[in-house]
Amino acid sequence: MLGLIASIPYWAQSLLRVLGGIVAVLLPAGTIVYVFLFKMMSFMQSRLGPMEAGPFGSLQLFAEVGKWLQKEDLYPERADRFIFKIAPLIVLSSTFLLVAVVPFGPDAWFTDFEAGVFYALAVSSVSVLGILIAGWSSANKYSLLGGLRAAGQLIAYELPMVLAVIGVVIQAGTMNLQQIVVAQNAGSIFGWDGLGNPYILTQFVGFIIFMIAVQAELTQTPFDMPIAESELVSGYMTEYSGFRFLIFFIGEFATAGVFALIASILFLGGWGVPFAWFGWTSIDSVDNWMNVVGPLIMFTKMMLLVFVIMWVRFSYPRFREDQLQRFAWKVLIPLSLVNIMATSVLKVAF
Amino acid sequence: MTMLGDRQQLAYIASQAADARVNVELETEGMTLNIGPQHPATHGTLRIIARLDGEQVLWAEPSCGYMHRGYEKLTEVRTFPQVTALINRIDWLGSFANEVPFILAAEQLMGIEAPPRAQWIRTILFELSRIANVSLFLGDLGVQLGAITPVFFAFRDREYVLNLIEGATGGRFHPNFDRIGGLKDDLPAGWIDETRAVMRKMRKFCDEIEGLLFGNEIFEARTRGIGVIPRDVALQYGLSGANLRGSGVDWDLRRDQKLPMAWDKIDWKVWTHPDGDSYARCWIRLQEVRESTFIVEKLLDSLPSGPVMAKVPRIIKVPEGEAWVATENPLGEMGYYVVSKGELGPFRVKIRSASFNNISIVPWLLKGVYVPDIITILASLYFILGDIDR
Repeated sequence: MLGLIASIPYWAQSLLRVLGGIVAVLLPAGTIVYVFLFKMMSFMQSRLGPMEAGPFGSLQLFAEVGKWLQKEDLYPERADRFIFKIAPLIVLSSTFLLVAVVPFGPDAWFTDFEAGVFYALAVSSVSVLGILIAGWSSANKYSLLGGLRAAGQLIAYELPMVLAVIGVVIQAGTMNLQQIVVAQNAGSIFGWDGLGNPYILTQFVGFIIFMIAVQAELTQTPFDMPIAESELVSGYMTEYSGFRFLIFFIGEFATAGVFALIASILFLGGWGVPFAWFGWTSIDSVDNWMNVVGPLIMFTKMMLLVFVIMWVRFSYPRFREDQLQRFAWKVLIPLSLVNIMATSVLKVAF
Repeated sequence: MTMLGDRQQLAYIASQAADARVNVELETEGMTLNIGPQHPATHGTLRIIARLDGEQVLWAEPSCGYMHRGYEKLTEVRTFPQVTALINRIDWLGSFANEVPFILAAEQLMGIEAPPRAQWIRTILFELSRIANVSLFLGDLGVQLGAITPVFFAFRDREYVLNLIEGATGGRFHPNFDRIGGLKDDLPAGWIDETRAVMRKMRKFCDEIEGLLFGNEIFEARTRGIGVIPRDVALQYGLSGANLRGSGVDWDLRRDQKLPMAWDKIDWKVWTHPDGDSYARCWIRLQEVRESTFIVEKLLDSLPSGPVMAKVPRIIKVPEGEAWVATENPLGEMGYYVVSKGELGPFRVKIRSASFNNISIVPWLLKGVYVPDIITILASLYFILGDIDR
């Protein structure tokens, strides 16, 4: 596999990676929208969901995309047009940047970046910028409120997310996402290596904090005050229509997918199976077929995590802005600091 | 002013002072936010003008009348039997309950009384429209607070009750079934067993909503202590219905006045809650739906036999006089002051609808709250636009 990649010219490698990145962002996003937003939500609410377009409505998303693309590209009269137009692209680009460091198999990665965790957490906050300028440039009071709420909320939840990940970094001893996967699958629990050592067992508190922070980063209920249909009428997205709204919409679910991928890498062992099953010892001895099975394993884990995210989304009411800030600063951040401390002590002790 | 009111007022004054200081330093200016007339939280076309400082409301003023349909004037050019078709549409979710007080007022002027079976069936249909109305409120409450699932359960289960109303009256939303002197028809065959089954279903729906919303910590955090109406303020603003009982006033017209209806023939409980906050108002409504299902079952047990129509002349002329009859409708006290000059139609009708008085407290209640709490408070006050604007 490595030989195959190395034998083709650099431009072709880059093209393959870009295409792969687009697939890795859009395929999960489409699947999440259909399986969870259209179908699971409908079943939870005792209805069928889309049934007409394709078998069991599976082509509904294509119909929706077609509808959005046909719509006129509207903008408010007093909007700052340039800023208004690029805001959704900034939000979506943060998702594409994020997927660049996600490894899908021993050789199936886009970039093998040493400070992968650091990079992922850094680019995930770029979307805040897009949301803030979308709210500001819309020249709408509801959008402004939504954008400011989003900024406050995303900054508040960035911190517990970073702190929750630090526990994993301490335990793995590396910031490279690929090596974090290897460390989990090659590890053992008190000498028993039948399950590897997925960090969800040792970093359970970190996992919970990370998932809560992801929920807030994605502005999903119960943290959806920036959108809040019933009070702010979709907040910063109020004035968007047509394909710009589509980009926001895809961005929301694609980011959900990518965050779930990162969570599965950090806590659930990523693409790997426990190395002891096949007698592998390091990443170099992993068989090539893992490059095909790895993405499937990742996809399964992603769907599981997104299921939890959506399950919470469809059943909870939303917090108020001040309650959310209090929850972040008074509960999550102290808890994650304690978690880091305990992890460090145990790391030294073992 | 009780302690809670004092605390709210003090918090408001303190926040005003703090904001004034900040405004002097930063020279920030407030923002006027128009909530409505087209806004998902206003159930129609209520407009609330709110002056905001950041997310805090400095003052708010409801502006109604966007859907005024002039029913009081329209009744003057209708005959008495025709009026029920109009007033059905005042509170469009509990429409049968709107007919009853008007018909009772007309009967009072004519000095007739409906036969017992008609009184019983009237009361049953009245309670059914309460269940249909308030169960939708319980689902809608979730939507206002961001939980999108309960409203679908509410629409699903309300359908059973609407089917019952349709089965008995022929109309799902606007039955127009009440006649002066009784009812249009008797109950259809099999209706009573069906009703018992549906009442059990509605109790299950109440349990479901209680588990889904009322047991949720976020729901409690969003509603407890939000929009507190102390007892005496509630009385001063003339609130009625669950909004008043949520403030601890034990007042229910179904029990407290003598009407030719069947409520006083059976045992049932009036629920009150001492807190006066949004949670209390919502909780009261949940209990009332449950209580209504028991009322309907008990009335079905004791349903008398006999005619459903008293002897009334073919052409109804109501003798000269004035009458005021109010009943405890799903939204609160709804009354009609009917003035007759002995003609075919009423000379003047004054409609006292519950929502109009209930939202009069909004400016007092919204001072100093945050923008998300506007929605909570409006949802918990529970108004219907047709009932405000008439």
